[in-house]
Amino acid sequence: MSDPKIEGLQLKPGFRGMADDTGSDQTMFKGVHWGKAMMWIFLLSDTFVFSCFLISYMKGRGSTLVDWPYPSEVFALHVGGVSVPLLLIAIMTFVLITSSGTMALAVKYGYEKNRKMCGWLVLATALGGLTFVGMQAFEWSKLIEEGVRPWENPFGAAQFGSFFFMITGFHGTHVSIGVIFLFIYAYKVFAGHYENGGKRGWFTTMKGDYVEIEILGLYWHFVDLVWVFIFAFFYLW
Amino acid sequence: MSDEYDNNKTYQAQSSETMGGSAPASPDMDYVRPAEIPDQELYHGHSFITKWVFCQDAKVIGVQYFLTAVFTGVVGLILSWLMRLQLGFPGAAGFMTAEHYYQFVTMHGMIMVVYFLTALFLGGFGNYLIPLMVGARDMVFPYVNMISFWMFFIAVAVLMASFFVPGGPTGAGWTLYPPQTILPGTPGAGMGILLMLVSLSLFVIGFTMGGLNYLITILQARTRGMTLMRMPLTVWGIFTATVLAMLAFPALLVSAIMMTLDKILGTSFFMPTIIQAGEVLDYGGGSPILFQHLFWFFGHPEVYIVALPAFGIVSDLISVHSRKNIFGYRMMVWAIVGIGALSFFVWAHHMYVSGMNPWFGFFFATTTLIIAVPTAMKVYNWILTLWRGNIRLNTVMLWCLGFIVTFVNGGITGIFLGNVSVDVPLSDTYFVIAHFHMVMGIAPLMVIMGAVYHWFPLVSGKFLDEKLGKWHFWFTFLGAYSIYFPMHYLGFIGVPRRYFEMYDSPYMTSAVGMNEFISMAAFIVGAAQFILIYNIIKTLKVGKKAGHNPWKANSLEWLTSTVPPEHGNFGERLPVVHRWPYDFSVPGAKEDYITQTTPPSEVVHTEVEKT
Repeated sequence: MSDPKIEGLQLKPGFRGMADDTGSDQTMFKGVHWGKAMMWIFLLSDTFVFSCFLISYMKGRGSTLVDWPYPSEVFALHVGGVSVPLLLIAIMTFVLITSSGTMALAVKYGYEKNRKMCGWLVLATALGGLTFVGMQAFEWSKLIEEGVRPWENPFGAAQFGSFFFMITGFHGTHVSIGVIFLFIYAYKVFAGHYENGGKRGWFTTMKGDYVEIEILGLYWHFVDLVWVFIFAFFYLW
Repeated sequence: MSDEYDNNKTYQAQSSETMGGSAPASPDMDYVRPAEIPDQELYHGHSFITKWVFCQDAKVIGVQYFLTAVFTGVVGLILSWLMRLQLGFPGAAGFMTAEHYYQFVTMHGMIMVVYFLTALFLGGFGNYLIPLMVGARDMVFPYVNMISFWMFFIAVAVLMASFFVPGGPTGAGWTLYPPQTILPGTPGAGMGILLMLVSLSLFVIGFTMGGLNYLITILQARTRGMTLMRMPLTVWGIFTATVLAMLAFPALLVSAIMMTLDKILGTSFFMPTIIQAGEVLDYGGGSPILFQHLFWFFGHPEVYIVALPAFGIVSDLISVHSRKNIFGYRMMVWAIVGIGALSFFVWAHHMYVSGMNPWFGFFFATTTLIIAVPTAMKVYNWILTLWRGNIRLNTVMLWCLGFIVTFVNGGITGIFLGNVSVDVPLSDTYFVIAHFHMVMGIAPLMVIMGAVYHWFPLVSGKFLDEKLGKWHFWFTFLGAYSIYFPMHYLGFIGVPRRYFEMYDSPYMTSAVGMNEFISMAAFIVGAAQFILIYNIIKTLKVGKKAGHNPWKANSLEWLTSTVPPEHGNFGERLPVVHRWPYDFSVPGAKEDYITQTTPPSEVVHTEVEKT
């Protein structure tokens, strides 16, 4: 984590410290990079987006007249003649959660100014994300082959396909955007944009800093966390 | 907060205790903590394109937002003229069919609420005033801010494009309730509604970029000495409204995405089983009520997204122009925050007639009425600020007084409508139209007008013409009441809203004259708005020079290095703040105002408030 250090300022812990920071001048979150604060607030807003999606899903699933498809069967893979429920999705979830781990390590090495390790770990995260998106594409095509469409499906309520494609699609878009940025940032780390005071970004005068890796990490962890909820609501319910 | 800072406070306290005595001006008393954030480096545009088109200066972006929003507002105004023409004098506009009428109703509503008022307050005033008022050089992410405006611009372009597609814009009413919104028979159910949904999504994305900027600028980029409780109420209003927008717009985005899918992919999120002309459609199993919940979870906070900046701005205008500190500053701040928080728990009061569990209605009626408490506090505080103030009855003050009256008026009818049993008979009548036009149409508009007259000298360096301004005010004020007072009566006798033509209905016979009167008033009020445009053009040509701080205000936006402020706002050094912006008419002070940057050592002999 980036340690907030402000000259001539002792930060107090706990609620007392929070109240002091709130009542003070200049900044509310002491020593917190603007971009990091922005990402937190953006994620709060994005949480509302996904909450609206998931609440709509619950409402839609709760009020259909036709039975909801049985997820253990719909999402099962046939391996060697045996139907294994949730196999693909378990692997996908494992890959995505692992990529969160490599991301966290990348942040750590970034702050230690270990350019090589940081870069490789960001790249590993990007590849993990890419694997996830690839497997999701596979899952989508499998379901589409079986006749699941946004407007109908052979297993039960039509809303199953609607919500499934919409919500996993929206989440997949988030992951894809994350993957693109992970590749860009892996390049930036390797190219040394955060070394020696930092290189200025495109179109702006802001200088690069390893805090950007942490900001990207916040986004990535958020996407993973959202996936945990989608996983629980779609596959386990 | 450091220990030195606490010391600073005790120094201030000593200085006012020893008032009148010979208090030595200790240099310690002016101590302000050193800068926590490095000075922002700005990207200065050099060409015309980077300076005026794709500009990263929040002030230029603010003006761009303002002009674009005013353009959409003029479109909305023309649509309202056409509607009133039809209602007052059916058939007078030969081309007007029922479909046109519904399209105009829909577009007027959506334009005025989202693309005019929201963009004007947050995009326009927010961008221009936030960095200046908190003492920042610019927004924290100028590039993102620039993208935000162009997103909004594209959203407006897409919206306007829907006037020119086959079938015309959507005519589903501004609430876009499914299932009728996307079914044939509703005007614009083809391309019109799609463009509307795309435009709304773009608006939300663009606004999110801007909103993040406003929030982080206020939270993380204030100048030295500027605590949250020393910010002008304008900033508090815009801040809270932006928080609301960041949390409410997601619901709009989600409902827009889902409805788009219902439209183009044939999903049934909001669509129940429907029989159309004897034929069962492919839809089935969806919930139209779900859309209403999502829409109003956005829609009600949206009311306060418009109202809270207006509350904040009007507080500052009243304080400056009655030369008196705002009464109950902290109460005002908490009222703004409280209204913002409560606004997320009242949305279903828009849905009383959609059918709901009586306890559900009871809950939402209760929360709705609770909102009246902080709003009433604000009204009392405005009046108490005026009380015994040294009121300058200029154009700005007239607009402020007009706002208070109009807001109280609209607020009281809101208490009627917040009760389920009163709302059910009044729902979907002209009473509702009168209520929300008063409270979130005319009232915030009055604040906008006041704010334009107040800050125009800052933006352009010239005073708007007072005489024209007063004509503008009286036409608008009296005219608006001529329009909306009779509408309350129309609502009570049961005239339904959104009807294209109803002169053959029995209850309308008594209201024909009244309807004609309302329409005439609407034409005049609409035309009166062009006085302002004329005034602005005239002022830019031959207006009176304003110079530095023409209203003798305290807040930082008037203390810039140049008028109008340059890129970077404050010249070499950022200002250092020592007090709140409301030290007016302080006993013992040389002038009747003490700017925020005046150090305590200069005012030791005064009874200045400790802030």
